Amino acid sequence: MATAAAHAEAHEVHDHKPSFFARWFLSTNHKDIGTLYLLFAFCAGMIGAFLSFGIRMEMEQPGLQYFSNPATYNVFVTGHGLIMVFFMVMPALIGGFGNWFVPLMIGAPDMAFPRMNNISFWLTVAGFCSLLCSLFVEGAPGASGAGTGWTVYPPLSTAGHPGPAVDFAIFALHLSGAGSILGAINFITTILNMRAPGMTLHKMPLFAWAELVTAFLLLLSLPVLAGAITMLLTDRNFGTTFFDPAGGGDPILYQHLFWFFGHPEVYIMILPAFGIVSHIIATFSRKPVFGYLAMAYAMVAIGVVGFVVWAHHMYTVGLSLQTQSYFVFATMVIAVPTGVKIFSWIATMWGGSIRFTAAMHWAVGFIFLFTVGGVTGVVLANSAVDKYLHDTYYVVAHFHYVLSLGAVFIIFAGVYYWFPKMTGRIIPEWAGKLHFWLAFIGANVLFFPMHFLGLAGMPRRYADYPDAFAGWHKVSTYGGHIFGLGMFVFVIGVVLAFRSKERAADNPWGEGATTLEWTLPSPPPFHQFETLPRIVDEPGAH
Amino acid sequence: MTGPRSEVGKGARRTAIACAGLAVGMVGLAFASVPLYDAFCKATGYDGTPRQGPALAASAARADDSMVVHFDTNVAPGLPWKFAPEANRVEAKLGETKTVFFRVQNTGLKPTTGVATFNVQPGLMGGYFVKIACFCFNEQTLQPGETLDVPVVFYVDPAVRDDSNTAHLSEMTLSYTYFAAKNGQPVTAAVANSAPTGAKRDF
Repeated sequence: MATAAAHAEAHEVHDHKPSFFARWFLSTNHKDIGTLYLLFAFCAGMIGAFLSFGIRMEMEQPGLQYFSNPATYNVFVTGHGLIMVFFMVMPALIGGFGNWFVPLMIGAPDMAFPRMNNISFWLTVAGFCSLLCSLFVEGAPGASGAGTGWTVYPPLSTAGHPGPAVDFAIFALHLSGAGSILGAINFITTILNMRAPGMTLHKMPLFAWAELVTAFLLLLSLPVLAGAITMLLTDRNFGTTFFDPAGGGDPILYQHLFWFFGHPEVYIMILPAFGIVSHIIATFSRKPVFGYLAMAYAMVAIGVVGFVVWAHHMYTVGLSLQTQSYFVFATMVIAVPTGVKIFSWIATMWGGSIRFTAAMHWAVGFIFLFTVGGVTGVVLANSAVDKYLHDTYYVVAHFHYVLSLGAVFIIFAGVYYWFPKMTGRIIPEWAGKLHFWLAFIGANVLFFPMHFLGLAGMPRRYADYPDAFAGWHKVSTYGGHIFGLGMFVFVIGVVLAFRSKERAADNPWGEGATTLEWTLPSPPPFHQFETLPRIVDEPGAH
Repeated sequence: MTGPRSEVGKGARRTAIACAGLAVGMVGLAFASVPLYDAFCKATGYDGTPRQGPALAASAARADDSMVVHFDTNVAPGLPWKFAPEANRVEAKLGETKTVFFRVQNTGLKPTTGVATFNVQPGLMGGYFVKIACFCFNEQTLQPGETLDVPVVFYVDPAVRDDSNTAHLSEMTLSYTYFAAKNGQPVTAAVANSAPTGAKRDF
């Protein structure tokens, strides 16, 4: 890999910043927009977490305790899913860390289209407002909100929800989707055209690679979702019958379109995390990442194969045996590049001089949890097994291990890793580690029992269940409380960081941190790289 | 705003336009998938979509091999019709053209229009069940009390025995559902009109 050399240009002494309103509401600065995205993701995440708290409280015991109407429980499940996917993980990993660090890592002064960057952010906020509105208008007869699940399958989302709540939810997806597509165009243009002199694609940091692949996935998959939900909207309101058998339509077509988007979407959520974890592991092992090119192309392979496996979400719709065989095989192929990545992370640590900082705790925890989730994914890839486990808590456990414990753990890893760079402050290490152990234990207690529930036949998306499932549900709810406790530690850590007088050095992590952002002051100046850094190969540097 | 704005060179503009084109193309593809999916299902019998076509020559029929076809009839809520086949099942020799009548009756007090959709089970049989003529291709308007006998003419393709997925099957079901023709009425409005929404609002 390459390192930055000859990077001695003096940063402008006067670091002029615009007024508060212009800076935060009309922002065109990639770091400010990144900060806005991170703050937005935190707020949305808190609301999403509140909804999941409602779910777990209800599921603690059989019977209905907190929800007099099970339709409202479904609204909580739907809201939790949509918020966490579109308004927490994506804004944090792509809008937040992507905006902050892609230009810094590739040595660019800003994103290619700063004004468009601002539009992307505010479209996401507008989408979120529309989703919140949907919670308070009628959806299913006699209940507020859209209880369709995040998949919004017809006929439940059409005939099952005559009220306008689903229209608001669809509109929320339209707005945030448009924002994400604009953001993706911005990332691709920035990465392809604005790398510092000497930084070829094959010298580019893995996080920038991850965001590049993610941006292409967004660009190819989100328009399909936009098309599908537009058809849903016209089916609901304008008398078309795209998905209505009464007019010759087919509800299965919606499932194909949705999952053509939905499967790449799960990689959209996890690829940026793959990028971040590679940097953290390399930094705290004081070694360059093992198998750099294999790591980069494994992400490309995951992205490409991710587009041709969608029907493994729909094994139960009556696919022919050949079709099922293909999707089983193609799905399992994805385990190969994913295995390459996990192997390379472990090989990076092997023989390294490892420092167990808070960020490293989260990164190593991620590798373990993501592997658990990946293994259950291979189990579910088998159509014969999946027909038994389809729509059970086993699936819930699987995707929470890869997303809630995968993507979310890396969001926190990224915060602990880059917080000194972003703010110039230092979160006490004990807070990060305590937060990690609470989250790690809590999340495992929360989600591991769901495997048992699913194997025993507990279906998803029901507010009530037979007494036989009560034991593990209770354990699971306790795990949720432990995880929630960790969030308080996180907030305390951030507050302490801002109250302390301690300031972060330009490169607080020392030797292992080789990417360009560590050559800048902490926090970086309002405008950076006015003289572009030159990237030169240093033979024998590593 | 002071400070350098990022330079948007020609290359960047070209990349952005290409990306935007890609996104627009994918939206187009999503909508194009509707007729494509329909054509694909009709051509392959995917998802239990029966094929449509002309009858086979009488010589193609196989006297020694047959399949029992069960009939299933449904009327969607909101349509006051009775709908039943003349026989619950027939045994059809492979390749043999069969005609079955279904009786529909409007038991309501108003003239109503319905349209039927159809499907076969198991879905894998879709490619081997061929309809020559069917009432289900058209909308049907019935006066109050009117009864109508409607035919479906079909055969089971002998090629069913050459496909390892279906070679062992000896029975299948042809299912019909009559829906009220909506004439461009939105789904949600149709539901709101036909089913009284609960006055109870619980949150």
